[in-house]
Amino acid sequence: MSKDKNQIVKPYGDTLNDGKMQLSFTLPVEPGEKGKEAARLLLKKMGFDEIDICGMRDLTEGFTHFMAYAATSASVDYSKISVKTVDTEVMSMEDTDDFIRTHLGKPVTVIGACIESDAHTVGIDAIMNMKGYNHRYGLERYKYFNAINLGAQVSCEDLLARARQENADAVLVSQIVTQKNIHIKNLTRLIELAEAENLRHKMLFICGGPRLSHELAIELGYDAGFGTGSYATDVASYIAITLAERSKQG
Amino acid sequence: MLKLNLNREHITRAREAAKKIAGSFGWLFDDYSSVTIERTVLRLLGVDGATADGTPYPNVIVDALKHKNALGKGAAWWFANACAARKESVADIAKATCEGGLDLTSVPVQQDEKVSAVLMQHTQSMLNHIRNRKAEREEFFSRYGARNKPAIYVIVATGNIYEDVVQAKAGAREGADIIAVIRSTAQSLLDYVPYGATTVGFGGTYATQENFRIMRQALDEVSAELGRYISLTNYASGLCMPEIAALGAMERLDLMLNDAMYGILFRDINPKRTLLDQYFSRMINAYAGIEIQTGEDNYLTTSDAVEKAYTVTASQLINEQFALLSGIIPEKMGLGHACEINPDMENGFLYELAHAMLTKELFPQAPVKYMPPTKFASGNIFKTHLMDAMFNFIGQLTGQGVQLLGMMTEAIHTPHLADRSLAIENARYVFNNIRDLGAELNLAADGFINRRANSVLEEATLFLEKVALEGLLNAMAKGEFADIKRPETGGKGGDGVFLKEQGYVNPFMDRMKSELKVN
Repeated sequence: MSKDKNQIVKPYGDTLNDGKMQLSFTLPVEPGEKGKEAARLLLKKMGFDEIDICGMRDLTEGFTHFMAYAATSASVDYSKISVKTVDTEVMSMEDTDDFIRTHLGKPVTVIGACIESDAHTVGIDAIMNMKGYNHRYGLERYKYFNAINLGAQVSCEDLLARARQENADAVLVSQIVTQKNIHIKNLTRLIELAEAENLRHKMLFICGGPRLSHELAIELGYDAGFGTGSYATDVASYIAITLAERSKQG
Repeated sequence: MLKLNLNREHITRAREAAKKIAGSFGWLFDDYSSVTIERTVLRLLGVDGATADGTPYPNVIVDALKHKNALGKGAAWWFANACAARKESVADIAKATCEGGLDLTSVPVQQDEKVSAVLMQHTQSMLNHIRNRKAEREEFFSRYGARNKPAIYVIVATGNIYEDVVQAKAGAREGADIIAVIRSTAQSLLDYVPYGATTVGFGGTYATQENFRIMRQALDEVSAELGRYISLTNYASGLCMPEIAALGAMERLDLMLNDAMYGILFRDINPKRTLLDQYFSRMINAYAGIEIQTGEDNYLTTSDAVEKAYTVTASQLINEQFALLSGIIPEKMGLGHACEINPDMENGFLYELAHAMLTKELFPQAPVKYMPPTKFASGNIFKTHLMDAMFNFIGQLTGQGVQLLGMMTEAIHTPHLADRSLAIENARYVFNNIRDLGAELNLAADGFINRRANSVLEEATLFLEKVALEGLLNAMAKGEFADIKRPETGGKGGDGVFLKEQGYVNPFMDRMKSELKVN
């Protein structure tokens, strides 16, 4: 019953629905009363009230950094929100290995890489390297994963060629450093090439990185996306369960 | 005063082992050269420019010689021979070769004296230029005063050199001592140095001679205004190590990221190629008085910072020995380490203090480069800002040479103007607040920090001795560094390494070796 009820939410400062938000931004103006007024007017135009420009710092070269608290009248209906998330159960390493042995009967091959311009392997290493991250071992440690980490700056072509050669079950791409949305361009390029080479539906395509969500991944044509705070256990469980479902269907 | 009580015997043994490791590459340094070394020689002779499709002239010339199987004599010889035969300038011969189809190998061979005279003239002129740039730097430091310690190092990374200039000047005014222009992310794997000013780069701005010149000029202006010399740094790493070092020497860069093994381990560049290229690139840096910085932070971003702390120490010692072979003095060795311990770890600060002090005390003259937390920077900017403050605390307390400031927006985006400003404010606050604290403190002789530092030192010593025994190339092939297997014949750029023939000349290396007194 409560599910049908609207649930209107606003930011919370110290009183329910006070709408208080913390903001910080830079304007190309000199510091001073005139600059402060520019910052205040900007927030007013954005629909804020009770604007308090509480901090102002001279960034030199004609720029000023403003910090502000202000109240918004905007709200959202929480009950109407639906977000695509990876909903597969998260299992431990041992359980995932057991699951793969029982349901698939053979190790799963995963090829991972940071593609194109990205030289930052922190994300792919956290998921794939033996050591893992924050007390979760990486895929290399799993008995039923054949994990191949190609490292940084791997071209989409090389990644797909290797995936074909190894007859991979899943391709895992990481995009960490991004500017002017290059991660979207890189990820789109990979999927387009995979389609063109007729590989897209032969294996799972999974992406990860701080700017990625499952929702965005689906939109870009991937099977799943993992953002900040994801561990090897999340990715391994997803791959195992999804492959098992597909093998049942197929 | 804050000081460790280190096991002297382990220090001696570790250094001996590192010396043996680096010293076993005489065969490579003496008998081989690479395409980027040859391109560097051409650049130093004065070859500059690019074809309409953007291929730099040095690449066109070296590729043509390689195609003719003529590279074994060295690009310098063929080029000078053509200058002597045609009695034309360096610029004319470069243009004729790259735009007019001149085949250097078909130019009649001139008498040795004539070729040598051309080489001598251009070598002398470039070395004078580089020495002048070095003297300018020294003059600025003596006029404005020595660099702060720790020096505040910040990055700019807009992808547009003119926007970088605005951000760099703002950073300098707020207290930055060193500006690093981050390169466009894929540059380390380009086997050429792009030409001209960059206005569109991804994740950074290409290292080009023109970009170096534009930024140096801007920083000279702001240095004069502030009465403080603002240093400029870039990255002599990847497939063009010596070329970038040469461009930096010509344009008065002050520091260069220049690691002996980074390219092999973290960029999958061929081991022989990297070791050879680092040898000459470091010699150029040594000659130009450029401070090198090494990339040990990478060991800790890919592995656990406590468990693998010894790999940092081992790499620092190897980097030191390779640097000495290229003529770099200890005062110009910015050996690296990083603050990457999991912030949830109990007493993590004590571990970090032990590691930072170990580095500082093993290399007392080195302007150690201390890298900020990145691996556990989560997007929670408030927490990251606090972690950066703890990092700044250790940097000042242990007297590191260069503090590479952490940004609270690490893991989110390349720094915005305000992010960098807050980082500088953070560092200046902490540095000033605890300025002389280190002089007031003593460590318990057998306390945790002393025990921890000694245990890392011991692990590093045993590791280095093992590597010395089996050889660096074998150890890398077996994945003993950074858990990454790098076979001698694998990696990118291996086909750019070649054996020198009888009569090979690299006039710059010869002169630098003799002036730097290395052999």
